[in-house]
Order: sequence, then structure tokens, then C-alpha cells
Amino acid sequence: MTVLSELSLYNQAIILFASLVLFTSFIMLAQARMVPMIFAFAWQGMLLAVVTALVAYVSGHHHLYISVALTLALKVFLIPWLLYRLAVRLNIHLEAEALKHPSLLLLGGAGLVIFSYYVALPIVHLSGLATRNTIAVSIAVVLIGMLLMIARKKAVAQVVGFMSIENGLFFSAVVSTYGMPLIVELGVAFDVLVAAILFGVFFFHMRESFDTLDVDRLNRLSEVHESLLTDDSGSPPEGH
Amino acid sequence: MDHQLAAWLLAAAQTLLFVGAAPLLAGWIKRVKCHMQNRAAPSLWQPYRDLAKLMRKDLVIASNASWLFRATPYFVFGAMLLAAAAVPLVAVDLPTGAIADVIVLVAFFALARFFTALAGLDIGTAFGGMGASREMTIAALAEPAMLMAVFTLSMTAHSTNLSTAIDVLLEAGLVLRPSFLFALLALAMVAVTETGRIPVDNPATHLELTMIHEAMILEYSGRHLALIEWGSQIKLMIYAVLIANIFWPWGIAREFTAEALALGTLVVATKLAFLAVVLVVWETVLAKMRIFRVPEFLGFAFLLALLGMLTHVVLETGG
Amino acid sequence: MPLLEITLLLPLGGSVLLAFVGHRPAGGWINVGIGALTFVTSLAMALNVFANGPQLTSGKLFYIDAFNVYLVALTAWVGLTTAIFSRSYMRHEVERGRLTDRRMRLYHAMYQGFLFAMLLALSTNNLGVLWVAMEAATLTTVLLVSLYRTPESIEAAWKYFILCGVGIAQALFGTVLLYFAAEHKLGAGRDDTLLWTVLHDAAGSLDPTVLSLAFVFLLVGYGTKVGLVPLHAWLPDAHSEGPTPMSAVLSGLLLNVALYALVRVKMLVDASLQTHLAGYLMMGFGLVSFMVAGLFLHRQHDIKRMFSYSSIEHMGLMTYAFGLGGPLATFGALLHMTVHSLTKSAIFVTVGHAAQLAGTQRIDRIRGLIRTQPAIGWGLLLGTVAIAGFPPFGVFTSEFLLLTATMKSWPWLAVPLLVGFGVAFAGLFRHLQPMVFGEPPPGQSAVRANMLPVMLHLLLVLWLGLSIPGFLARWFAQATVLISGASPL
Repeated sequence: MTVLSELSLYNQAIILFASLVLFTSFIMLAQARMVPMIFAFAWQGMLLAVVTALVAYVSGHHHLYISVALTLALKVFLIPWLLYRLAVRLNIHLEAEALKHPSLLLLGGAGLVIFSYYVALPIVHLSGLATRNTIAVSIAVVLIGMLLMIARKKAVAQVVGFMSIENGLFFSAVVSTYGMPLIVELGVAFDVLVAAILFGVFFFHMRESFDTLDVDRLNRLSEVHESLLTDDSGSPPEGH
Repeated sequence: MDHQLAAWLLAAAQTLLFVGAAPLLAGWIKRVKCHMQNRAAPSLWQPYRDLAKLMRKDLVIASNASWLFRATPYFVFGAMLLAAAAVPLVAVDLPTGAIADVIVLVAFFALARFFTALAGLDIGTAFGGMGASREMTIAALAEPAMLMAVFTLSMTAHSTNLSTAIDVLLEAGLVLRPSFLFALLALAMVAVTETGRIPVDNPATHLELTMIHEAMILEYSGRHLALIEWGSQIKLMIYAVLIANIFWPWGIAREFTAEALALGTLVVATKLAFLAVVLVVWETVLAKMRIFRVPEFLGFAFLLALLGMLTHVVLETGG
Repeated sequence: MPLLEITLLLPLGGSVLLAFVGHRPAGGWINVGIGALTFVTSLAMALNVFANGPQLTSGKLFYIDAFNVYLVALTAWVGLTTAIFSRSYMRHEVERGRLTDRRMRLYHAMYQGFLFAMLLALSTNNLGVLWVAMEAATLTTVLLVSLYRTPESIEAAWKYFILCGVGIAQALFGTVLLYFAAEHKLGAGRDDTLLWTVLHDAAGSLDPTVLSLAFVFLLVGYGTKVGLVPLHAWLPDAHSEGPTPMSAVLSGLLLNVALYALVRVKMLVDASLQTHLAGYLMMGFGLVSFMVAGLFLHRQHDIKRMFSYSSIEHMGLMTYAFGLGGPLATFGALLHMTVHSLTKSAIFVTVGHAAQLAGTQRIDRIRGLIRTQPAIGWGLLLGTVAIAGFPPFGVFTSEFLLLTATMKSWPWLAVPLLVGFGVAFAGLFRHLQPMVFGEPPPGQSAVRANMLPVMLHLLLVLWLGLSIPGFLARWFAQATVLISGASPL
């Protein structure tokens, strides 16, 4: 591992911004209101773009600038804007989710950071890159995104969690290998974009069918309730 | 021997400066705040006048007050005085540096708070009890956050001694430490809580439902009140100096020459003036939060401090 | 290799075309036609590879060897037969007013888009592109699961989307780790470090710790798509709520492709680790899925849900077999992959007709199929008999091979396997018997059904059960040599 004070100022800046990316993950985890959460996600994308640009500058991997542009376009502007628009149109932008145990959630996040540190240790020991210490942070961003998706019940929050997992994965690729091959990055970006649009479509469908965007209400198909189902709404209507 | 004596004299002078300048800082904050909110500002020296006025006034003490009520202002002021002596203001490596341990500092604050809370209970009014209970609740949450932030810092400096820590940081030069960023935010939040500023408490009002610190000292008057007020001004200054000198240690005097000391005084005054402006902006922008939200606020501070420690371990060490 | 490009471009072009004309009566036929063309080219490609060995395209983006080309052919085949079934089935659904023109366009476009994603995932040489294609396969099918827009189908699609999305994110992280290990060994700055061929050549020298970590993430990621317990929650929902042709291709193809990805990675990890860690993990997950899904078969009330649990069970068995390793088990697993795909898609086709006949998917309301419409009744009966592993069907052969392989290396594991077979058999037949032979409700009448794909598939499975044709055996043997390093024959 690298001692911070031995790094150049640019590399120190990378690490500083990396820690801020992690911080935005925590903000998203604890933020009960939808719009600030979407903004936190946009900020995470912004910080990620800054980290990537710094890495590109320091390492001289100029193809990373394309990733920066992609991140800026997708994760900072397009997807947050889409989510915000949807939230306004579905009239949920003022809603707040009642978090059951926010402090437990945050402590869980901190636990995940420690866990990622241990997971990343073997990788970090192998790596020769100046950014290697941030690999653990990128894993933590992925895991906190998962925790967010498990803990939150609003569909919008789950989408933000999903997207922040993608952020974490992109982050890990940038700091551990200076980015994936271009074709993969483009493919992933395309998938993310399509996923974002699909999520939007789903919000409308859910609103239509369930009159809410609480994922809690999606409980018709569990194995427990299956036997209690008496109506036949899931299967084709009778008669031809 | 002469050197020793000079050093002790210097330490005493620094403490005096500290205690003497504390009302000035309070006056400066009030003035900037008034300017920012488009009000006519009181003089910079108004806090001194207030203190002097209170000193001259007669004491009115509740008939059922015990000796504890009378002794508390002296305990509070004494604790603050000692704490102020421990914090390096203008110069490091003073003889008082030996007790300049952050944990000692926290203990001094706890001592003062303990007596204030007891005094609030002592006279048996409803407000006193309410204030004491609120104060203790909040303190129980603020102290872990503060200690966590302090430990984060001391992990980098390998010492909880302020004087040593500042020395180490000065040696290292400019390093962008994420842990310091988080610790700074956490410490700032704790400082705002402990000194009873917005959004946790509002020092300017005596509104029954919201006051915390003011509720405990509602029964004090005369020189007792003056001492307590002065004590809290010193406390505010201690936090400000802590933040200023740990996160931006540059400019503090490391040798006891006249130039270095003058420069140190000038620099610390500038830093404090700037911090005061930041505090004012913060207080102007934010609204006071409901008291039930305070635990969340402090939980967030604790999280920040924890994140600071984690980022220190994960990102900064060469383990 | 222009054949490969054609094979890939056909469904892609078809997807675009059908996005515009998919609602026309000819849409179904176009779907079938593209499927047929794709199958022909894939078969030609397969024969080519069979004769000339593995092939790498000039850009090194695609790599075709015996292992994936056989899956390409299988995918194209099941895609074709399901398209044949889907034509009449979906027309029936439109006539009943369950679908609008727009949704038919969406359906047809996504059907071909899904096939394209599958074929891309199978034929690509780049592990990153493999991931992208797997994710694309999720994205194309997620709107198909919710095609009927019932609350249940939207719930199912949402779960499918979220669970698979999160799961497959783990696989991307695993891929990043692989890339990291390869860059560490081969040097940074090369753009071919994520190619499977390059990785496979260098696998022996990749760092074992990083690779085992990568494998765990990849197993969780692709394992979610395979439907391994406990990551299977999306599978029964998605299968039961989507249109039946979708269930057929999801169960028959998507799960295979995910398992294919897993096996590819296992080959890398095994070469690097020189231990059986990856194998043990796969055996554990596989066996648990096999047992748990068998138990769940008993308490199902929805016929498609029941058969999707059967899919989990069989995918678990295959995962277990690939984990077991060795030529015999690998051969058995490959064979099982084939027969399961064929049988399961045939079953879903039959089930689709049965549900249309009874007007419901609830098991307790589907009664007396064999009396109302013998073709469907017999189809369901034979399909279930085949999938339960009765001789003389091919599933029996492959399961027998797997059992033999288990006896050789892990004799005591044969016990849970046998118990699992029995439990699954009982679970299937307790529901099947009244559905096929029970008293038909009054007023139940036959529906227009196209049983051609079912018969074709069941005949193929029967043929594979009676005697594996020589060329197929040699083909499997080639793939087995690739995967396990030794020949079973």
C-alpha cells in the first residue's frame, strides 16, 4: 500500500475525490427525500468524472477522457434529469421515505467499507498503480449500492441504488486497471442508458397497476402468498 | 532556567490573551451577523460592556439554592480557563503543551457541563431540569463523535497531544487528507452543537420550547452569569482555535522570537475572523432544527468522523 | 468467417424490421423465417467448426470452438421452433384481446433482439462483451415479462430486472478483477487482455488469489442468471408471468448461456488455481439448487411456475456436473444441457396451449387435458416423463451419466442425487396426473394448437436417449476435451 504523503499532489487529489465519492454513497443511503437523493447521485457521477479525469491526466491514458465524457453525459446529466423529470411527473418528488433505522443503515454501510477493505487487500498488494488504495472504496460503493437497494422500498430509491452500483463498478475499473477496453465501456454505457429508460417505463406501469411506487406492495408473487391467492388475475381471462 | 521562565511567562500570556480575546470573537460574530442580516450592528466591544455590567450587578439567588449553585460558575470558568491554557493559540511547544491533550480537553468540557447541569437541577425549576436533561442527552451523543474525530486526527499524528500533533502536521507540509476533511466536518458539527449555536440551539433567544443551554442558566444573575457567559465565549473560541490550528496549522509560532510570535498572533486572528464569517453564513442559511432531530444531526457527525477514520485506514496508511 | 457475422446480423436486422412490421399477420412468419435462416447459418457454421477446429475472427472479437458453436446451434434451433409455436400462440392472444399491435411489435422485435444478445454472448471472445450481451439479454426480455401489463407481470418484471441487474453487476466486477489480473501479468496498455483466448493462454500464470476472488463474484453474478438457489427468486416469477414463448426461450436458452459464461470462467480459474475451489463452489451451489427446487415443486399452484422450478432443478444439476469436472461428468452435463433445453421448451409450448385451453395457469383448474385435446395431453405427459428422467428419453441418459460420474469420484453424493430425482419426480407427477387424466370441466373445448415443435423436440430427445448419433458424440467429445482436458470416449 501507499502512504498518502509520498504521493504527488494530483494522486492525493484523486484519493480525496475518491473518498468524496464514498461519502455521496452514504448520503444516498440516509437521504429519505427523493429529489436530494437524485442530486446526490448526480454529484457522485460528477465526482467520479473528476476522479477519472485526474487519473487520465496523471496516467496519460487518454482513452479515459471518453469515459469521462460518457460519465458526464449519462450519470451527471441525463439519468438524474430523467429521474427528476419522472419524479415530478409522477408527483413523488416531495415524498420522503420513512427509514426504519437510519443509523443502523449507516453503521451497516461503515461495516461494508471495512469488509471491502479486507476483500481488496490481495488486489491492492498486487497492484502497482498509485490509485490502488481506492479499490476498496470502489468495492464499498458497489456494496453500499446493494445495501441501499435492499433497505429502501421506493422504486426511485432502488433505481438510484442500481445506478450507484454501476458507478462503483466503473470506479473500480478506473482505479484498478485504468478503465476497461473501450468497446466494453461503450457497451456498458449503452446498457445503463437502456436500463434507465426501461426503469422510467416501469414507473408508469407500476403507478398504473399499483397506484404507488412502493416496492413493498409488490408482494403478490411470493411463495408464502401463493396459496392464499384466490383470484385469477394473473392468468388469462376466462372465455375465448 | 531563564528560558524555562520565559516559556512559562509566554504560556501565561497566551492564556490571558485567549481569555481576553474570547468576548472579542463573540462580538465579531455578532457584528458580522448583523451586517449579513442587514441590521444595525452593535459595537465590537459590546460583549466586554455586557460582562462588565453583569459584574457590577447584585446577585439574586433563589432561596432554595445550595452551595452547588453558587460554586458552579467558578467551576465552569475555571475549567474553561484551564482548557484555554492547554490549547496552542499563538505558539506550540509551550510548557502547557504537556497537558494539551485532546482527551483532557474533552474532560474539562465534560466537567463544566456536569456542574452546569447539576446547577440547573439544584434550584428545582422546571426549566432548569429540562435544560439539564436536554444538555446531557445531546452531550452523550456529541462526545463520541468528537472523540472519534479526534482519534482520526491523532492516527495521522500518532499522538493525542495537540502541540505534538500540530508539529507533526507542520513537518509533513501540504497533504490532501480525506480523513481530515471528514474529521473537520464532524468536528465543526460537534462544535456547533457544544457551543449551542444554530441549528441545534439558538444563543440569542429564550424560547421555552427550544432552549437548551439557556434553560439551565436561567436563574443566574450578576457576576455568576458573567462568569458563565464568559466561559461559553471561551469555549466557542477554543473550538474555533482547535479547528483553525489543526486543519491550517501554518503560521503558528514554533520558536519564541518576537517576529514569530507577532506573526502567529496575526495569523491566528485572521483565521479566527474568517472562521467566524463561515459560522455566521452557516447560522444565517440554516434554520434551527427540532430538538428531536438533533440526534440525527449528531449521528451524521459521528458517521463523518467514522468515515474519516475508515478513509484514513483504507486510503492513507502504508500498512 | 462471414457465416458468423450473418448469424449475428440476421436476428439483429430482424429485430429492427419487426419493430416496424411485427404487428402485421406476416410478422409471425417473418419471425419464423429469420429463425430458420439463423438456424441454417449456425448449422453451417457448426459443421465448419466441426471439420476445421476452433476459429478466431480477424478482429479477434469472436471466437468459435466446439463448446460454444454447439450452443449457438442449439440456441438457433430452439429459437426457431419456439418462433413456430409463437406465431399461432401470439395470434391467439391478440384475438383474445390481451395484446395490442404496439405490444406485438415490441414482442417480435424483442424476441429477435433477445436471440441476438444470446448469440453474441455465446460467440464473443471478449469477456467484457459477454457481460454486455448478458445484460442486454436481460434488458430485451424484461419488457416481455411484463407484456400483459397485469400487476403480477409488472411485479415479476420488476423483480427480474432488479435481481438480475444487481446480480450481473457482481459479474462485471468479477470481469474487472480478471482484467486486473491479466493486466498485472501481461502488462498494461494492450487492448486484447480481456479476450478469452489470450486469458486462456495466460491462465496458468494469473494470480490465484485475485482469480479466486473474481470467480466468487462471477459465480454470484452469472449464477443469478442461471437461477442458482438462493439467487433464484426472479426465475419462477419471470417464467410464469411472461408470454409462454418467452418462458420457453428463457428456460431453454438464457439459463444455458449464463451457465456457459460460468463454465468459461471456471476454465480460466482452474488453470490458474490448480485446485478445485471453483469446482467445489459450483458443486455446492448446484446441489443445493437441485435439492431445494425439487422440494419447491411440491407446493406450486401455477403450472408455469412449477416447470420453472424444474428448470432451476436441472440447472442446478448441470452446475453441479460442470463443478464435478472430469470428462464423464462434463460430457453428461453438455448432453443434459441439450436435452433439457429441448425438453423444457417443448414442455413450455405444451403448457402454453394447455393454459389457453383451460383459460388459466392454475394447476387445480387445468383438468382432463387428454380427453379434451389428446395432443396437448399426451404432449404434456410425455414431456414431463422425459424431464423427470425416465428411459428411454435423453434426460435419462445424461442423468445416468452424471450419476455414474458421481459414483466414481464422490460415491456418497449419489445418495442426495438419487433422493433429489425421486423428490422431483414425485413433485411433478402429483400435479401432472389430475391435469392430464382428471375430469375435464364442462364446456372445455379444444384450441388451435401447433404441436409440431413439441413433437420435433421430443423425438430428438427420444433419439438422443436411444442412441447418441456418432457425429454428435464426437462433437460433445470435442467440447469435453476443451473444458475438462480429456476425452470421455
